[in-house]
Amino acid sequence: MTTETATEQPAVFELADEQSIARSREKLDAHTVEMMAWHFHPSTGSPFWLQYAESLPFDPLTEVRCFDDLKKFPPFEDEWLRGGPVTRWIPKGFAGQPAYVFETGGTTGTPKSRVNLRDFRTDYEEFSATLPEEYFPKGANWLMLGPSGPRRLRLSIEHLAQYRGGICFCIDLDPRWVIKLIQKGWMEHLEAYKQHCIDQAITILEAGHDIRCMFTTPKLLEALALALEKKGTTIREVGITGIFSGGTEFTPQWTRFAVEELLDGAYMTPTYGNTLMGLAASRPVVPADGYTIAYYAPQPRAVIELVDFDDTNSVVPYGGTGRVKLTTLTKETFVPGFLERDEGERERPYVKYPWDGVSGVRPFHKLATATTVGVY
Amino acid sequence: MHLTAFRFGKPYESLERNRLVHFLTGEPVAEVSQVGGAIVGRDLRKAAQARQALLKFDPEEIVERLQTAGNLYAMGTVEVGGVPQTPDDFVRQQSATTGLPESLCRANMKKNLFVLSNMDRMLDALSRGLPPEILWKGYGTEHRDVVVSYQAQSPVLGLVLPSNSPGVHTLWLPVIALGVGLLLKPGGQEPWTPYRMAAAMIEAGIPAEAIGLYPGPTDVGSAILAGCGRSMIFGSAKTVEQYRGNPAVQVHGPGFSKILLGDDCVDRWEDYLDVMADSIAANSGRGCINCSAIYASRHTREIADALAERLGPLEVKPPDDPEAALAAFTIPGAAKAIWEQIEGLLDKPGVSHATAAHGPRFVEGERCGWLRPVIAHCSSPDPDIARAEYMFPFASVVECPQAAMLDRIGPTLVATAITADEAFRQSLINSTQIDRLNLGPLPTIKLDWLQPHEGNIIDFLYRSRALQLADITAASGSALAAGAAAG
Repeated sequence: MTTETATEQPAVFELADEQSIARSREKLDAHTVEMMAWHFHPSTGSPFWLQYAESLPFDPLTEVRCFDDLKKFPPFEDEWLRGGPVTRWIPKGFAGQPAYVFETGGTTGTPKSRVNLRDFRTDYEEFSATLPEEYFPKGANWLMLGPSGPRRLRLSIEHLAQYRGGICFCIDLDPRWVIKLIQKGWMEHLEAYKQHCIDQAITILEAGHDIRCMFTTPKLLEALALALEKKGTTIREVGITGIFSGGTEFTPQWTRFAVEELLDGAYMTPTYGNTLMGLAASRPVVPADGYTIAYYAPQPRAVIELVDFDDTNSVVPYGGTGRVKLTTLTKETFVPGFLERDEGERERPYVKYPWDGVSGVRPFHKLATATTVGVY
Repeated sequence: MHLTAFRFGKPYESLERNRLVHFLTGEPVAEVSQVGGAIVGRDLRKAAQARQALLKFDPEEIVERLQTAGNLYAMGTVEVGGVPQTPDDFVRQQSATTGLPESLCRANMKKNLFVLSNMDRMLDALSRGLPPEILWKGYGTEHRDVVVSYQAQSPVLGLVLPSNSPGVHTLWLPVIALGVGLLLKPGGQEPWTPYRMAAAMIEAGIPAEAIGLYPGPTDVGSAILAGCGRSMIFGSAKTVEQYRGNPAVQVHGPGFSKILLGDDCVDRWEDYLDVMADSIAANSGRGCINCSAIYASRHTREIADALAERLGPLEVKPPDDPEAALAAFTIPGAAKAIWEQIEGLLDKPGVSHATAAHGPRFVEGERCGWLRPVIAHCSSPDPDIARAEYMFPFASVVECPQAAMLDRIGPTLVATAITADEAFRQSLINSTQIDRLNLGPLPTIKLDWLQPHEGNIIDFLYRSRALQLADITAASGSALAAGAAAG
């Protein structure tokens, strides 16, 4: 049994022109060189990278002249992110500034950490510009129906709401407990916990807070829509006009089902992101495109490449299937060539994002059996 | 051919489809729409309409239509996946994606036909003669002139069906006749029976809004179990454990069915060799009612050798060969992994491999694998293999004193006890380890359809409760209780 994989079809979206693509590439190359000068200069670089550079057979300050030169770095291993001291990741150029630590994983063992100063704010402020005003009006209040705790996402959504002039209302949701419930096979408890989260959301939505925008995950969106439907109302009727959502369960079929049967006219924009990268926006998801969900990284701050499963320095052809390779290039964080636990198809540059995108994102098939997708 | 989802009367084409291929050649056989759990959750809001649609007909009319459906299913041409499907097409398709020999597919068809054709007798037996109108109305007067009430516990029964056992479908066939709708998640590789049966039922006049078909990944199963007031799931021992004690879920897992030879009969063991061999190998050993262990106090090595002699030479044959008796394991690597596990268990102290002399047991194909029959001998009930069950002809012959048998057999779905010893028979009848009991030389796989083997479907779908009636116009305080039902 197999699920069909995509082969490249004629594009139904507006492709970026060659000049825009070339310009964005030049910008990326220049940005790469600038980031090398920051992360590997003894006065500004982080203790981790300055020490790491000593083991490299090349000098990042002089021998990385374009983005492709980053291939000289061995693949980034996210295991390095476990444990302390987390200050080893803070560039000296930012010494003394207030820092956040965000965690990923952590159901068992030591979670991976990323230190953030302002990156999450910048990422979400840039993302804010992609949200259509009609559905995400400035000044609107938000509901964060997603994970709480030491998560970048929770604080980012709050910042997004504030940046757009609104207030963010949150629920309590411990994703590590959700994963444990699934691993233990306690499905009744899992349902009860999901219901507990939805009850919190409905309480907020019905409390007169004038909430019009929401972040949530596909599974929680389903549960919320069904719970509202049982009460004789809908997501749109309780006031929500715009939904920003994320997760690898986002498939064309799921999106179509949500648009046709759950949203009641509310607008939904899928995103792809994680603690390391930030946030990739999607081009509009429309029936004419078979509800294809294609993400574009916030270049040049982060770059997504679709690489061959075996030769991870080779990009696959357009329409081809490859593993998601992430490079993060902000002044706070340098992550060269991290192989994500996801795969997908390489998408052509879109007019608003004149660089490569990725569609059909799903767990990397060689790791898929070990991946547990919770309610979050 | 594209098998769409069927949302209580409305076909639904998903953007996601699974392609089913022939287990030998890899040729495409069909595409199956894949839906998500939320569609089930959403459609379950209309579950009450499924039951309402059935209650519009007289119960006898529904039974007659099911009998017609049985004939269409077994002998007619019905439209499945947008194309006409004959019984021969069905058998070829089912064999192609499940690895089951065509002869066994036909045998399963006959079982399903028998159940549908005899639905009136089955219902009478299951309900102990309850007038079917009582299930429709919720209460009524039974033949003892007593008011009884049967309350439906769910307007639909959800079923999470297996991929590899076309024999299990008989369990859900009476549901429609009980005035309860069906919400089926077909097995990934065996969508054929649910789709053909649904098509035949609808063509025979069963309301389409009473039937739902929701093929998809595991979250569809989770949504069914979470959302249906009553559901059945077929799975492993782990699944059984997970839902143990949940009154809304009936779990069908491994059966660990057994044959016990009493001391009074064991010296004539050769007389029962046919019963033992049939119990182990019928339907390619795939059923929970196939025998996985034979207990006796003596002659166990001779019994194991004789069974090995009988079953060991069975060979893999093409699926369309009428002599084919072994089903393929169509999941890549499955047969090899199972064989490696069995090899490890055969290697333990007190265990010997009776079929070792009959050639290799694991047969590797290009895209699948087979396991030829395995008979193990255990000198006591201690080795792990004595409690193993596999989906191919496999059994352990276990040496165990009769007095210790009932303490050692463990959970047993079907026990065939060959003994005339009255004291032992009474102990067998009293044993709570045994679900279905055959006293005498009956194969474990022989079902009397009038005695379902895993709980009564009516007890599962309906709650018998007290309901008293009083004349509402009677003077206050003088109401008479018109009747009460035992719980």
